[in-house]
Amino acid sequence: MAHAETHDPNTPLEYRSETGRLNILGFWIFLGAEIALFATLFATYMVLSHRVADGPALGELFEVESLLIQTFLLLTSSFTCGLAVHEMRRHNVKGLITWMAITLGLGLGFLYFEIQEFLHFIHEGANIGTSAAWSGFFVLVGTHGAHVTFGIFWVTMVLIQVAKRGLTPATSAKVFITSLYWHFLDVVWIFIFTAVYLMGMVTHNG
Amino acid sequence: MANKTVANEHHGFPWKHLIGFVLSIVLTLFALWIALETDLSLTWILIIIFGFAFLQAALQLLMFMHVTENSTKSNLTSRVQIGNILFAAFVAIVIVIGSVWVMTAGHAKHDKDQHAPKTENHENHGGGSEHDSGEHGSHE
Repeated sequence: MAHAETHDPNTPLEYRSETGRLNILGFWIFLGAEIALFATLFATYMVLSHRVADGPALGELFEVESLLIQTFLLLTSSFTCGLAVHEMRRHNVKGLITWMAITLGLGLGFLYFEIQEFLHFIHEGANIGTSAAWSGFFVLVGTHGAHVTFGIFWVTMVLIQVAKRGLTPATSAKVFITSLYWHFLDVVWIFIFTAVYLMGMVTHNG
Repeated sequence: MANKTVANEHHGFPWKHLIGFVLSIVLTLFALWIALETDLSLTWILIIIFGFAFLQAALQLLMFMHVTENSTKSNLTSRVQIGNILFAAFVAIVIVIGSVWVMTAGHAKHDKDQHAPKTENHENHGGGSEHDSGEHGSHE
């Protein structure tokens, strides 16, 4: 297996094994499929977003403050996740784990505020069965939230592996892949921020 | 680009990340301001905020996710990555805009022609003008 591959000493660890390289490339292709998955949910949401039946309009319940808190938590977590990979490439395991732990904390904070917001909507009389518009909302935003939840468990387990085995071509590729996943969740959130919340508030007020 | 080794920029201060982060915050707040605080028409607001969204997504891909990075000496992997993401973005845009176009343009026509006899349209979206032929006004 370990046939001597010659490397530029600058090549990051995660790209040094063939498995690592292929896994990273494969994960990019998986992200392409995830984009298509979220596109179908966005399409459903946007088609149905005015079908509010007897329930409240979407923009009626959206609140700027809660939206901004969630947006900045997730955006900052994407940034700290990038810093974690930056530290990994300097072979700084402690820096990697510290920044990733901060990322996870911010992710948990995001989930907390998202759940609070969902509970608030339900309290105001908008649950997943209220109308087509709210079904579309909860399925789209909920799918994103489920991805964040999964990401928190995944990153945690990869970090445990790094703590046990140190930085190897195998573990560093896993860290890099989880970082791609985490950044991707922020990319999806940008579009939820725009297509769901901003559009909802604009069309309601305007 | 093919000769740029991926790790070189990773030994100093993470400027790329910091710039990406600051620009993301600026774009987010600017989009919010455009959407809620200006008197632009809905069309212009949508064009601008979606323009910002795609710009910010590109920032994440370039500054945080290193989509242009090559794992080998050839630049094949980065081309596959970029091509794949661009194609996925194309698919996403077709799905979303296509669905919205089909379901809104087609639906409105259907409502007018058939006069949607079974749907008690509680939704007030322009409903007044569509229902002024009399037979649906009874539930007032």
